[in-house]
Amino acid sequence: MGEMTTEGSQLSAGIDLSQFYQVFFEEAGENLDRMEQLLLELDIEAADDEELNAIFRCAHSIKGGAATFGFADVAELTHQMETLLDKLRRHELSPTPAMVDVLLASGDALRAQLARHQTGQGDEVDTGDLLFNIRAMVAGEAAAAPLPTQATRTSATSVEEPPQEAAGPAEAAAVEQAPAASQPAPGGERTLELEVGPLADPSQADNLQELFKEIVGLGTIEPLDGGQAHNGIRRFRVVTTSSESELLDLFTFHVSREQVKFKPAPESAPADGARPAPPSAADPGYGFFENAPGAPQPQAAAAPAASAKPAARSAPKAESKQGGALDSTTIRVSVEKVDQLINLVGELVITQAMLAQNSRQLDPVLHQQLLAGLTDLDRNTRDLQEAVMSIRMIPMSTVFSRFPRMLRDLAGKLGKKVELITHGEATELDKGLIEKITDPLTHLVRNACDHGIEPPEERLAKGKPEHGTITLSASHQGGSIVIEVRDDGRGLSREKLLKKARERGLHAPDTLTDPEVWGLIFEPGFSTAEVVTDVSGRGVGMDVVKKNITALNGTVEIDSAEGYGMRVSVRLPLTLAIMDGMSVGVGDECYILPLSSVVESFQVEPGMIKTVGTSGRVVEVRSEYMPVIELEQVFQVPRFDFERASSIMVVVEAEGGRVALLVDELLGQQQVVVKNLEANYRKVPDVSGATILGDGRVALILDVGSLVRRSRH
Amino acid sequence: MHSILAVDDSASMRQMVSFTLKSAGYNVVEAIDGQDAFEKAASRSFDLVLTDQNMPRMDGITLVKRLRETPQFKSTPILILTTESSDQMKQAGRAAGATGWLVKPFDPNKLLEVIQKVIR
Repeated sequence: MGEMTTEGSQLSAGIDLSQFYQVFFEEAGENLDRMEQLLLELDIEAADDEELNAIFRCAHSIKGGAATFGFADVAELTHQMETLLDKLRRHELSPTPAMVDVLLASGDALRAQLARHQTGQGDEVDTGDLLFNIRAMVAGEAAAAPLPTQATRTSATSVEEPPQEAAGPAEAAAVEQAPAASQPAPGGERTLELEVGPLADPSQADNLQELFKEIVGLGTIEPLDGGQAHNGIRRFRVVTTSSESELLDLFTFHVSREQVKFKPAPESAPADGARPAPPSAADPGYGFFENAPGAPQPQAAAAPAASAKPAARSAPKAESKQGGALDSTTIRVSVEKVDQLINLVGELVITQAMLAQNSRQLDPVLHQQLLAGLTDLDRNTRDLQEAVMSIRMIPMSTVFSRFPRMLRDLAGKLGKKVELITHGEATELDKGLIEKITDPLTHLVRNACDHGIEPPEERLAKGKPEHGTITLSASHQGGSIVIEVRDDGRGLSREKLLKKARERGLHAPDTLTDPEVWGLIFEPGFSTAEVVTDVSGRGVGMDVVKKNITALNGTVEIDSAEGYGMRVSVRLPLTLAIMDGMSVGVGDECYILPLSSVVESFQVEPGMIKTVGTSGRVVEVRSEYMPVIELEQVFQVPRFDFERASSIMVVVEAEGGRVALLVDELLGQQQVVVKNLEANYRKVPDVSGATILGDGRVALILDVGSLVRRSRH
Repeated sequence: MHSILAVDDSASMRQMVSFTLKSAGYNVVEAIDGQDAFEKAASRSFDLVLTDQNMPRMDGITLVKRLRETPQFKSTPILILTTESSDQMKQAGRAAGATGWLVKPFDPNKLLEVIQKVIR
């Protein structure tokens, strides 16, 4: 068995195991995620049995697969984790925060190991310290310094395995998990004969076999005399590179120093330090219980060698090769292919819009069938488009799920107590957007923990609960996605920000409004932390966060109350490739408004528009005054028919403000394919993109948020 | 054709066992845990049950016990696939009425070899 695990691939029986790798990797990934989640939720003071069992099963399942598929390093680490978890679920040990830490770190290491096996790239993962710490914990010690041989004396190891009947199988157990990672180091390898005893209970010596099983690179041990004691003395053959005194130090865990004797191996030892033949020939790796229901006839069990050629049965494998193929319910597709699909659908939408427009002049009676077909085309196109777009949509939970672990580590490092609450994980966002928003969000969450949440004693002194709370939420608001990061920490200090701004030579009069003061933290190099910690406040700052979000056509807003906390809202516009728009006409031009931000439209009656001050114009709608923006002036639309004037108002809403846009006419609602203007032309103020109309003309898509902001000045 | 009930909570392990057995010409029914297996065993009989030990909802040993209580599984060979070969485990397996055990990681050849010993 030992050999099997050391071979990277087992091609026994002509079965290529690699066909199952992908499923194994996915499964192991799921198990790791689940284990991490369970560990993070684990209540250390009152650990639930079912939770501990579930964590155990995660490690156990990964181990089983890894061992079978020949990923020895993964199998070894999970084996150690499993040993610890087993003791926890049997209540032989109680969970400690240090154990959770080690198990989480082991999960990370496993991820790295699996990634290495999956991609065939990357460096070997060093798990020495982890293995050592887990072993120490299993032995009932706290995590110690990573010095493997400095183990202290404790004999928490329970003595099981009565030796009588177990001679063969116990030995198999020792070899079964023979760690493949052990360095062969042929240079210093020697074979020794080891005598232990006299022992009152000869099974004590079995623990030495366990040691070799557990410690990587120690070598191999093999019982002599069939594992039986003579006068209380057990004999073993040991192949090792370790010195005798090192071995003695390890053995004193279980037996006293005086009871151990080393001798050079007798001449029967394998020459050239070759590994002793693993007893796999003797140990079949399976067994039957005598007289058990369904057990084979005795002679069949006694002569396993007789049936050493069972492969004949497995010959007709080709026949069902496909039958056993993976029944995957998902496929992996490259992003380019999806993007291409979206582009093509975009073109289809334009064509459809063009047909719809051209068909308006047709006589509905004469072309009834054609028009019915076009209506169907309209519906089908819309459905197709939605379906295609949804391929790229991913729930926010994929981003949010990384924060519990991150905050835990961070809070631990900073000595803070933080609870994370998330809302709206199911809110879906375009994949491209998710990828780009992850870094800025991570930064915001980190800031909230580092600068926002106070240390526990400070919170208690302020009369706040010891645990700080960080709330992450995502929601659709109109055509935008709003992601909020909120904390109940110390909040921003107006005075400090103003002082700091002046120190940095920025113009910061006391008359600045709160939002303007909060906006100062977006200035380059402006850190709110008084002390630069190793977590944040160095390198990337809020200015980069803002820049990244602005690059996505998004906005960042800050709201803060000193002593009570702060909220950062990230609002991302619908940057998806297709949107519902309302087209409005001004002069000969056509502009598109995102339908989601349109509130209402109405005919302007004389006297509704009032002039305030010198230039500001407002309109009264149901006793509410709204700023008026004349698109004609904003975009300097050329006019030829001087008779005509804009007479229709469209009320649009964005960023918590409303403005009334003055236009000539409403042209209708339609789906438009959003083209990036910046990439194809250049950035135009108040415009978020462009589209191609059914008749081939280009129309600008207005940035409502920017128009609202314009009205505030 | 002999039919085998293969029980494992790990999808990759299940697929591999199932693939190995199907390649050798057996008819395989998969179950995702002891509970699932028990339910599948209620409606029909099998020539062999091959079960993992550690599983959610119902573990292998419990499954063996429950199966032995039903008449049509009184003498059906039941093998436990386990990662540990400790005596404790074996005692529990024997007490529950298992026919034998197989140590993971297993070799496909060995799996077939063992199965041929008990299926006739």
